[in-house]
Amino acid sequence: MAAQHLMIINGNEFPFTPGETILDVARSHAIDIPTLCHLKDTMPTGACRICVVDVRGARNLLPACVTPAAADMIVQTESPAVVRARRLILQLLLSSGNHNCAVRGSDGQDWTSFQLAVHNDDGSSELCPVWGDCRLQDLAYRYQVSGERFASTEIAYPMETVNPFIVRDFSRCIQCGRCVQACNEIQVNNAIHVGYRGAKAKIIAAGDRPLKDSDCVFCGECVQACPVGALVEKDARYKVRPWTERKVRTTCSYCGVGCQMHLHVQENRVVKVSGVEARTPNFGSLCVKGRFGFDFIHAPQRLTVPLIRENGQFREAGWDEALDLVAERLGGIKQSHGPDSIGVLTSARITNEENYIANKFARAVLKTNNIDHCARL
Amino acid sequence: MTTTIGDIEDAEVILVTGSNTTENHPVLSRHVKRAVAFKGAKLILVDPRRIKLAQFAHLWLRQNLGTDVAWLNGMMHVIISEDLYDRDFVESRTEGFEEMKKMVEKFTPEFVEQITGVPAADLAAAARLYAGAKAASILYCMGITQHTHGTDNVKSLANLAMLCGHMGKPGGGVNPLRGQNNVQGACDMGGLPNVYSGYQAVSDLAIAKKMEEAWGVKDLPTKPGLTVTQMVPKAHEGELKALYIIGENPLVSDPDLNHAEESLKHLDFLVVQDIFLTETAELADVVLPAKSFAEKDGTFSNTERRVQRIRKAVDPPGQAKDDWEILCEVATRMGFEMRYESSEEIFDELARVTPSYSGISYGRIEKDGLHWPCPTPEHPGTPILHREQFTRGKGLFHAIDYTPPAEQTDDEYPLYLTTGRVLYHYHTGTMTMKTEGLNERVPECFVEISPRDAALYELNDGEAVEIASRRGKIRARIQVSDKAVSGTVFIPFHFAKAAANRLTNAQLDPVSKIPEYKVCAVRLSRAA
Repeated sequence: MAAQHLMIINGNEFPFTPGETILDVARSHAIDIPTLCHLKDTMPTGACRICVVDVRGARNLLPACVTPAAADMIVQTESPAVVRARRLILQLLLSSGNHNCAVRGSDGQDWTSFQLAVHNDDGSSELCPVWGDCRLQDLAYRYQVSGERFASTEIAYPMETVNPFIVRDFSRCIQCGRCVQACNEIQVNNAIHVGYRGAKAKIIAAGDRPLKDSDCVFCGECVQACPVGALVEKDARYKVRPWTERKVRTTCSYCGVGCQMHLHVQENRVVKVSGVEARTPNFGSLCVKGRFGFDFIHAPQRLTVPLIRENGQFREAGWDEALDLVAERLGGIKQSHGPDSIGVLTSARITNEENYIANKFARAVLKTNNIDHCARL
Repeated sequence: MTTTIGDIEDAEVILVTGSNTTENHPVLSRHVKRAVAFKGAKLILVDPRRIKLAQFAHLWLRQNLGTDVAWLNGMMHVIISEDLYDRDFVESRTEGFEEMKKMVEKFTPEFVEQITGVPAADLAAAARLYAGAKAASILYCMGITQHTHGTDNVKSLANLAMLCGHMGKPGGGVNPLRGQNNVQGACDMGGLPNVYSGYQAVSDLAIAKKMEEAWGVKDLPTKPGLTVTQMVPKAHEGELKALYIIGENPLVSDPDLNHAEESLKHLDFLVVQDIFLTETAELADVVLPAKSFAEKDGTFSNTERRVQRIRKAVDPPGQAKDDWEILCEVATRMGFEMRYESSEEIFDELARVTPSYSGISYGRIEKDGLHWPCPTPEHPGTPILHREQFTRGKGLFHAIDYTPPAEQTDDEYPLYLTTGRVLYHYHTGTMTMKTEGLNERVPECFVEISPRDAALYELNDGEAVEIASRRGKIRARIQVSDKAVSGTVFIPFHFAKAAANRLTNAQLDPVSKIPEYKVCAVRLSRAA
């Protein structure tokens, strides 16, 4: 048997497999190291440095997401130096955009003028659209920092709202790069990249054009990956808040992949859809139809009452009348022309249970095997 | 699929044919792209159109429409003549090899090039790449099946996979991608004219007896019924008097629509149960409002045979009911009592009479779905089929000759038409066209044509044209695109106003009864 590889995190000894990072080892033993830029199933970039840890013998703090675990390594994940570094990173991030979650500052004067400036940029007097659903906000609370330490920086780029699905708010972007990884490494659509340099850095599509004029296919993987309020579903922005919605897990009703999704429900309406993370078969991914094509559920054209044709026109009818008519006509045709004069087209859109009932209905009630669906079409 | 979606990333070589995966199965396509971009897999794409996956392909073969048997036989010819096939697998797990070998003898790469237009050297390279892999996965979709020889195409793919032993292992398999959320489940649950749920033959008297006992009924019919593509002509001839259509819109999705529409008008009685007043529902005598997926509980079975839950999230509009409840009401009124408290109660009943689902229950699939076959409550499900043996025991090679598509181009109809979907819409558009953003991306029907053909017929991008076949005509705008191969135009079939299926050929595959949506002859002219 091969010798076990061991390392020490926060005073406890843990086994690891060579090739694992410090973050992998910590996470597999329920030790929480905060991350912002880290995205599962992609190459770690170490861009945000919020995951830095204290490794005995190292000259600097090391990012846990890219540092390989090594035998006898001794790691502290929340040492005073680590906490100091994380606070500084958070303070810098908070000062660099419209992070108006009231974490930013408590000083009345500063807050008012800041909030007015954000209102100017965003057209809303509400708090940040992802308040309560933001990694940066979570960490600011956890490490008890505000954004007042550094002067606010200029907002370099205006918001992009010209596509139907996604609002790109560069003022709230922290340049963590998760969206770029989601696009290039998870969905491999290669539509967005990091463009420009330094303070001018920006996530760009197709040589800095709007998403709608790029290779973007609006799968929304970037929206789901964004840890802050930089990428938000257009229709849900400012309208859907974590405390006003409830989530119901279900299976997508478009193609046969069977993506697992959450329907976000507010006042008996589906208002947003997100992918279920870490579950087969889609591990959080969706496509444009699954994520954004849900308006049909509440479309005014939905059928709401039975209709019966009379003199060439439809008229509304009660269920009893409609069902009686169907039963009577089918029964009559079966009687006079035989069971095989009737056919049933069941559906690739309805549930297994309903298809089973349709199969039972055709065979046991109508007594015909004339049942099929559109698998062939 | 004979393997799972996630397994695709374990393949060394992926052969995609007749599937515009990034548009029709976007989330599955990410596994193909990831395998190529990050895991060193090689992609062989066989498709006439320059679809997105062509950017990821190591080898891209642009076959002439409807010549799939020829290139597949050609690949097998190369693999056998260069002795690249998996002898152990062929000897221990298959039969019929000699007949197949004899058939593919004449399919030399040069001969195949004449039929398919695929350069002989490319074909040989593809054959070597596929045969040389430790595990190679085949993904296919309607581009393979929607032909008059679709069954031959599928059997040929199976021949190729068996020849190289790429079956029954991770990263292998012959994997059809199902285009609708529960087309797998509709088949599994007996939504077919020849089988009960679990593919139990209606003509098997022992099965009929079992179902009679389970359902408390006598004299279940044992003669296989009609397929949808047979029902429509029977309606036209007056033999079929009534049709009960649930959640389908054949008046956009059927081939040769003009004929289909006339046929439905011949019916004495048409019931349509749907969530919208579709083109088909407009013709009905009675329309019954059903719940959408967001309003009901139940299960769907995905393309990898995984049975997964759906759950009620919102109340239905107005008086819409569950599809099962409506059917039960009609059955009860016809004198056959059918009552259930919930979808779960129905599931428990179907599990009892369906061996491949017997071990599945709502409790077991609360978090993750299970792959059938799952015969007992302890069984872990079957992600990969045919591991030790095939359903029939040994895998059977089929010796298949090439036959051309049913319709050829001629002076009058000089271009081929092939149909399909686009990313932003789904099937007949009843759902996607309710989302403004999707309509903004693709607002209307179009004819995709190669720059060379556009120049030849002096047509400009965006110009309105009339497209005519022997069966009908529609109008749409020209989209000049290098996605198209010269000699063939592409039209998406989503749009009722310019329904591509007014043009398509209703000729059927003799076995599967699938229409030849992927090949017909058309002509283009400037719209007056």
